Amino acid sequence: MKTAVIVFPGSNCDRDIAVALEAVTGVKPRMVWHGDADLPADVGLVAVPGGFSYGDYLRSGAIAARSPIMRAVVEQAGKGLPVLGICNGFQVLTEAGLLPGALMRNEGLNFVCRDVALTVETSSSTFTSGYKAGERVSFPVAHHDGNYFADTETLDRLEGEGRVAFRYAESVNGSARNIAGLLNDKGNVLGMMPHPERRIEAAHGGTDGRRLFEGLMEAVSA
Amino acid sequence: MKLKVFVTLKPGVLDPQGRAIHHALGSLGFDGVRDVRQGKLIELEVADDTDDATIDGMCRKLLANTVIENYRVEKA
Repeated sequence: MKTAVIVFPGSNCDRDIAVALEAVTGVKPRMVWHGDADLPADVGLVAVPGGFSYGDYLRSGAIAARSPIMRAVVEQAGKGLPVLGICNGFQVLTEAGLLPGALMRNEGLNFVCRDVALTVETSSSTFTSGYKAGERVSFPVAHHDGNYFADTETLDRLEGEGRVAFRYAESVNGSARNIAGLLNDKGNVLGMMPHPERRIEAAHGGTDGRRLFEGLMEAVSA
Repeated sequence: MKLKVFVTLKPGVLDPQGRAIHHALGSLGFDGVRDVRQGKLIELEVADDTDDATIDGMCRKLLANTVIENYRVEKA
């Protein structure tokens, strides 16, 4: 499967995700600059990486969400192309309107940088088919603005539609209903604050993240 | 024309920064503070003939995230 990684000024997990995608797919991802107007034609996944795009000026992910390449990402996501946003990428996807709600400053105001326990809430999405529902996994988080907010009505709808993909199994940042990762209505867009791309090799301290990419690759090529 | 755009968190949206400021004021001995909400002020200089719809568009499309924030525009 061919993949693309979007690179904004200030992205800093673009190489991590590129290494992870290459390890799992065997193909080097295409790195796509934020100023480009189009995505490569034949990709099966677009990753929006972590970092501090545009210095996170105004709001985290706000300026990146209005960059030329994001118009193409929004358009292709609408046609069903899988899009994965991690950390700052999740913030970009909410700001771009691909996912509901917003990511606010962590409740305790601290930048949280550690491994956290997560529960996989659904295994029936393209992104989580490598896991069992209810399974406990461990991914690192590293963020200041991961406190997910949506109004109660939206939260109820998201829960009802099975769109919570990952939930924190411990207190991390004050996220509503402990939401750590969220799917769009069609299930082809996932945004998550934790970093699966940093759990690919045993040397990373575990391989829980690798199964996300393996499951995704199988689901996309099936 | 100068514009001041005030962006504030919607009522009901938790404001951890406002809460920290509230706490710090309390530590300084300012006990009478009931609540603190932090927002932003964005100053713009635009052409005099910029219409209200355009100004509103700038606020809605970029300056404020209307999921969590309200905005108010003052023309100077």
